[in-house]
Amino acid sequence: MRSLRCKIAGHALALLATLLLGGMLSATLVRLAPGFDADEEELDPHLNAQSLQALRDARHKDHNVIRFYFSYMRRAAGGDLGTSLALGQPVRTLLRDRIPLTLRLLLVGLGLAWILSLALALSSAWLRISAYDTVTTAVSGTFLCIPAAVLALLSVLWNVSGALAIALIVFPHTCRYSRNLLMRTYSRPHIIAARARGIGEGRILFWHVVPVVAPQLLALAGVSVSMAVGAAIPVEALCGLPGIGQLAWQAALARDLPLLVNITILVTLVTLLANSSADVIGHMIQRQQA
Amino acid sequence: MSLWRKLPYVLLALVLAASLAANWLAPAGYARQYREATDAPPSHAHWLGTDELGRDRFSRVLYGTRISLLLAPAAALLSALLAALIGGLAGYLGGMWARMAMAVTDLFLSLPWLFLLITARALMPLNVSPLVSVMVTFLLLGLLGWTTAARVLCASAGTLRTADFVRQARAAGLPGLRLFWVHVVPNLKPVLYAQFWISIPVFILSEANLGILGLGVAEPMPSWGSLLKELEGLVSVGEEPWKFVPLILLVVVVTSFQSLLSRREEVAA
Amino acid sequence: MKCHIRNSERRACWQAIAITAICVALAAQATAQGGGELRFCLRAEPKTFHPLKVDDDASAAIRYLTGGVLVRVNRQTQQLEPGLAVSWNVSKDGREISFRLRSGVTFSDGTPFSAGDVAYTIQQLMDPALHSSTGDAFRSGAGNVETKVLSPTQISIRFPAQVAGLDRLFDQVAILSQHSPKKEMAVLGPFLVSDYTPGATVLLQRNPNYWKTDDRGRKLPYLDSIRLDIQPNRDVELLRFKRGELDLINSLDSTYFDKLAETSPQLVHDAGPSLDSEQLWFNEVTKAPISGYKKNWFHSANFRRAISEAINREDMARVVFHGHAQPAAGPFSPANLFWFNNRLKPQAYSPDAALKALQSEGFRLENGTLKDKDGNAVVFSIATNSGNKARESMAVLIQDDLQKIGIHVNVVTLDFPSLIERMMQTFDYEAILLGLTNVDLDPNGEMNVWLSSSENHQWNPQQKVPETAWEAEIDRLMRVQASASDANKRKEAFDRVQEIAVEEEPFIFLVNKNALSAVATTVHGAAPVILSPQTFWNAERLTVSPK
Repeated sequence: MRSLRCKIAGHALALLATLLLGGMLSATLVRLAPGFDADEEELDPHLNAQSLQALRDARHKDHNVIRFYFSYMRRAAGGDLGTSLALGQPVRTLLRDRIPLTLRLLLVGLGLAWILSLALALSSAWLRISAYDTVTTAVSGTFLCIPAAVLALLSVLWNVSGALAIALIVFPHTCRYSRNLLMRTYSRPHIIAARARGIGEGRILFWHVVPVVAPQLLALAGVSVSMAVGAAIPVEALCGLPGIGQLAWQAALARDLPLLVNITILVTLVTLLANSSADVIGHMIQRQQA
Repeated sequence: MSLWRKLPYVLLALVLAASLAANWLAPAGYARQYREATDAPPSHAHWLGTDELGRDRFSRVLYGTRISLLLAPAAALLSALLAALIGGLAGYLGGMWARMAMAVTDLFLSLPWLFLLITARALMPLNVSPLVSVMVTFLLLGLLGWTTAARVLCASAGTLRTADFVRQARAAGLPGLRLFWVHVVPNLKPVLYAQFWISIPVFILSEANLGILGLGVAEPMPSWGSLLKELEGLVSVGEEPWKFVPLILLVVVVTSFQSLLSRREEVAA
Repeated sequence: MKCHIRNSERRACWQAIAITAICVALAAQATAQGGGELRFCLRAEPKTFHPLKVDDDASAAIRYLTGGVLVRVNRQTQQLEPGLAVSWNVSKDGREISFRLRSGVTFSDGTPFSAGDVAYTIQQLMDPALHSSTGDAFRSGAGNVETKVLSPTQISIRFPAQVAGLDRLFDQVAILSQHSPKKEMAVLGPFLVSDYTPGATVLLQRNPNYWKTDDRGRKLPYLDSIRLDIQPNRDVELLRFKRGELDLINSLDSTYFDKLAETSPQLVHDAGPSLDSEQLWFNEVTKAPISGYKKNWFHSANFRRAISEAINREDMARVVFHGHAQPAAGPFSPANLFWFNNRLKPQAYSPDAALKALQSEGFRLENGTLKDKDGNAVVFSIATNSGNKARESMAVLIQDDLQKIGIHVNVVTLDFPSLIERMMQTFDYEAILLGLTNVDLDPNGEMNVWLSSSENHQWNPQQKVPETAWEAEIDRLMRVQASASDANKRKEAFDRVQEIAVEEEPFIFLVNKNALSAVATTVHGAAPVILSPQTFWNAERLTVSPK
């Protein structure tokens, strides 16, 4: 019991360390990239020298990224996530208002993407007809070749939910990996033999295929969360959906350090949670098999 | 080999040959501006019409293919190899190594790499040749694009670590690296092929998107990515179906690539 | 009889129904005339609702719709009109302005408006810690601004030094309430901010206390509300406009203008050349980290003039802007009726003359490549901001034009912060192509562009002493125009500035874009103009009929 508790504590510590490292690294990346000190307002010919200087000083206080990060962590411990430079609002409010929308988009988008991928991948593996496989490849390939911005625009044009755009951006990826994994598993001699003997497809799937591909598919499911988060950025920005993706895009354009650090930490947290849960479930399945 | 099976080879060979012979096939240089015939529909003079600056679209597709068809697969190969090395080894070694490698992968998945790319642009001189710029871009894409596959590969390799045949080979005294190469890597192929295949169009599109940071192919040189970006002016594209030709061509190439990969997979299996 | 009664009852009943129906229809029409919701897009998130801190287009649009100002520049006639002030007077020395205010006006929350509010606003505005661009426009010399409240409807404001075009500057100053608990959210303009969803919408509602009435004595504004959707993507904006979800597009791209004109010409408006200009300039900063021989080219006026001559502006206007732009003649667009120098004509395109001029400077053409007298091939980069398609196309046209005289240009698109850092801080660039959005008609608004000591003197900023004789002359003339009280004298000085700018070409002026917009047929009373905000400058008099 104690060892289990130690293990959990160890994992939690590792998670926290990765999170904090993610925040620190993102702050460093933003700080080192050119344009950190620059503000579009500097081009306003009305501003006099003092106002320009004040504008630069406002950014200058975050110049030392280590000092910025430590003061950020100190405040974050007290629940204050800072104030967005570009939007002038508390980061906490901004995130709180936008998380539900993005969460909904991601859940629906991912659900659709996975239903579509598994349907195509499984049917390809079952049928094993070269022409059908080529058609499914061409379909997923087409969506892979269409720029994400175009898919987002199409969803506006046809007045469908942005979640569908996210699904169409993510599904070619998940579909291809799962198709290849399932194809390989279905071509194993014992499964071919089982099918030849007329054992039901459902039985083969759940008894022989799923246990083999589950860890990989789960890992893929974990990573697909990151893909969906990435897809949410253009979709939200173009469809005018006020979620985290849109906020991330605004923050990046404005080099909004406090906002970017918080968003990175949030995204890292989601990524870590998704991937660690995929790992844990995968291990459990493997152990059960063993 | 039946015609159906030969088709992907033929298609790829055709596209490659046409792009290499662009100097002879193209009716005009890719930068030549016909300013009297901007945004023109297809005609005898311009088979696929012209773009908004009056440049012959057919010529631009031919020249653009050259860059994208050579560099995108190279970058895709790089990312697949990195994924195999990081994900595969981590999964195979397991334990502490796997946890560390996967933590790094998770960080890679979450960090705002946009800023690294902006910094990379700043480190290059402004007067960099378009070819160097595009090569650096694809190199960066290859170096950053391995993460998804690495996670899946780690899971694949993890299941292999405890597989009977690997245990037997280990018991038979096969050295670790050789064992990894001979018994583990071949079993990672489904994921590696998927990674390679997906990366080609993804990198081609990313290259065009990085144009906003001053990376990628610089004007007036064309690339598939920059041609596909024309589709973003969606409002007008619906009435001008010839603008879809670059997209159709890319889909054909990508599908042909997949057919080749499936065949290799079948042979391997 | 019975039957008769029944008939009459039935008739009465029908009459009642008919009257009710007419009443409903009339009421609906009245609402249609007096109400409705106007919907259009803001291209970015408004950075502030505080009218004195405004420094971006989105916030400026909201300030225009919600803020009450003492005087208003009529966007159509370009003349000053009374607002909260019924009359005003600028002293002869140009340092003092006195206003007589409208009485009986209240803020949106019911707080009464008086001269004290104006004094409070000016004090807030001139607070050095505010660093407001609106405030900086009033700062012409060191010292404090004095406000004197003479009565609840009379106030005079004295500045430490002369401020050129003083009265027009008040068009940008929305008056704050000194006492309202709602602070800057209590407004005197036609609308008030009623709801804001960050990243999505700003909802404005009619201000019930707005002071203005129309000629028939009806209270303005007619509209019930304005819905501003935050949407940076222009494709999406056009899609939604076509679908009838938006009523206006405030500045339309020329490509979309033509596409829309093909199918529904009644929706689009080309108001002619706007105040905005697009220009190219070379880096003339002495300490810039670029090769010495390139600095020598860029410092040569003959080189700059030759480049200017080799650029085909007509083609640029025709190809990039589909004819909805005019070749630029100089710093100011002909749209600026008073200040434009009529003697200036756009530079004619002549690659041969350009080549000749370069040859006389020691450049020579060898195998299609232009080389300077030391044998260096003439290669330079033009940087511009990414995301502006028209500007990218302009850069590619210039690239092609200059290739014809053997000059190789690399076009580099950079994200805005990177570009600004190179332009204002590191000076690590060779040439930049950018546009200037002019909101001011008065040249004083561009003081910081032309003065050699200023930071916005883009081609060579922060000069301790003017490095060239012509920059010294521009400095002198700009000060002359700023200190003269006679408008014609000011015009004479600024005309000369425009001429020097065209002779020396520190900025190579390319085109003036036309002000393009789209207005749905359901919007009544719209008269798009060239001055910002083009389509909704008369928002208080617009009506939207239901679909």
